[in-house]
Amino acid sequence: MTLYFTKDHEWVSVDGTTGTVGVTDYAQGQLGDVVFVDVPAAGTSVAKGAAAAVVESVKAASDVYSPVSGAVTEANAALEAEPALVNTDPERAGWFFKLTLSAPDELAGLMDEAAYKTFVASL
Amino acid sequence: MTDLVLPLHSLHRRLGARMVDFAGYAMPIQYEGIIAEHQWTRSSAGLFDVSHMGQLTLPLAADAALEALLPGDIAGLKTGMLRYSLLLADNGGILDDLMVTRREGDLYLVVNGATKVADLAHLRAAGLDVTHHEDLALLALQGPKAVAALDRVVSGVAALTFMRAAAFDWEGVPLWISRSGYTGEDGFEISLPADRAEAFAETLLAAPEVRPIGLGARDSLRLEAGLPLYGHDLTADITPIEAGLAFAISKRRRVEGGFPGAAIILAQLAGAPARRRVGLAIDGRQPVREGATVIVDAAIAGLVTSGGFGPALGTPIAMAYVAAAATADGTRLQVEVRGKRLDATVVPMPFFPKSYVRGATI
Repeated sequence: MTLYFTKDHEWVSVDGTTGTVGVTDYAQGQLGDVVFVDVPAAGTSVAKGAAAAVVESVKAASDVYSPVSGAVTEANAALEAEPALVNTDPERAGWFFKLTLSAPDELAGLMDEAAYKTFVASL
Repeated sequence: MTDLVLPLHSLHRRLGARMVDFAGYAMPIQYEGIIAEHQWTRSSAGLFDVSHMGQLTLPLAADAALEALLPGDIAGLKTGMLRYSLLLADNGGILDDLMVTRREGDLYLVVNGATKVADLAHLRAAGLDVTHHEDLALLALQGPKAVAALDRVVSGVAALTFMRAAAFDWEGVPLWISRSGYTGEDGFEISLPADRAEAFAETLLAAPEVRPIGLGARDSLRLEAGLPLYGHDLTADITPIEAGLAFAISKRRRVEGGFPGAAIILAQLAGAPARRRVGLAIDGRQPVREGATVIVDAAIAGLVTSGGFGPALGTPIAMAYVAAAATADGTRLQVEVRGKRLDATVVPMPFFPKSYVRGATI
């Protein structure tokens, strides 16, 4: 299992060609209280860098971009009843969707945890 | 463009606020979080910095000239009382909403921050001798425990009732305090010299009931209270009757007219406007936002002007302008969000009951 990050504050945890996508702790702090998450249904194709999910805070709706391309295999059903999981446990229980990577070489363009931490510290 | 800085800027930073640009000013959007701040205000007392709003004064003799710009009875307004009113355009559209207070020596107006420059120009063009008090800060203390917290610091404020105001003194600092606000809760608005605002705010924040509240919760509180926000729910293309603000057309003015757009507004008052502002309760949990389309019988029938999540209600709510035929309470309709149509119901406002402390009928 390897963890990658984007400059838009999404993470993808990869095991072979299976990825799990969510937003980072920094992102949830910026979003504020999450009240609804619109996640893509299983079977949806997502493209790297394209809007794949929408997270709604009290104040506003924000797009979440897929870190990699692929086909969604599962949306996190727990977010429907408890969207605040994105705030309380963004990098574990608050995951958004799982997908099968269609272009694993895209991972080369993402940051590892150390690089992401440095990036966040620079903001 | 660099945001302008308000008197409490350094205090907000010290309190850990996240600052955003609002009406050209750096303003605190939130401290601990919008939901927590919202609930705190509904159950205790929240301190809001609203110093971006315009504080203006006019000579008392300007009341007749002011009445030519708005539909309120200003001549009949008693000393120490506030009236909610609307600056109107000739087509009956709303240029701003404001509070007018008659004081011993002047008329005191509080206007929106985003519109204050235009309001000043509008008032001056009408020949009014208006003074803009940029050396004043404005704070709001709102919530069921606001009266207890403020009365300990400024003895006597508990005697004010809703929409009444008076001068007070705090350690030699002159305060102008009204029992009013824009959250639906009981509370006060306090005008004071900008250079003493931080010390006064810190004194209030030292009370166990009081926490600082950002603009985010101010917006969710006013939305739950069914209160329209200028620039969103009220614009120059919307009349007071469409906005459901007929109460702002004073009795005498309904008879006499003489305010901008009077013919259009009084005709709408007697009949029914083609569209009206309504409250919407959205099914499910997904919020709808400003700009979302309202659908009735598969056709576009309106537009959402404010929408979000009501923290005290735990559900999404919205305000929308909807065609007259679909404005009855209980009407089922749909709101389109990102290509998806969400079911919703027209409901009476406020969504959350108001808790004003009213005095004798005025």
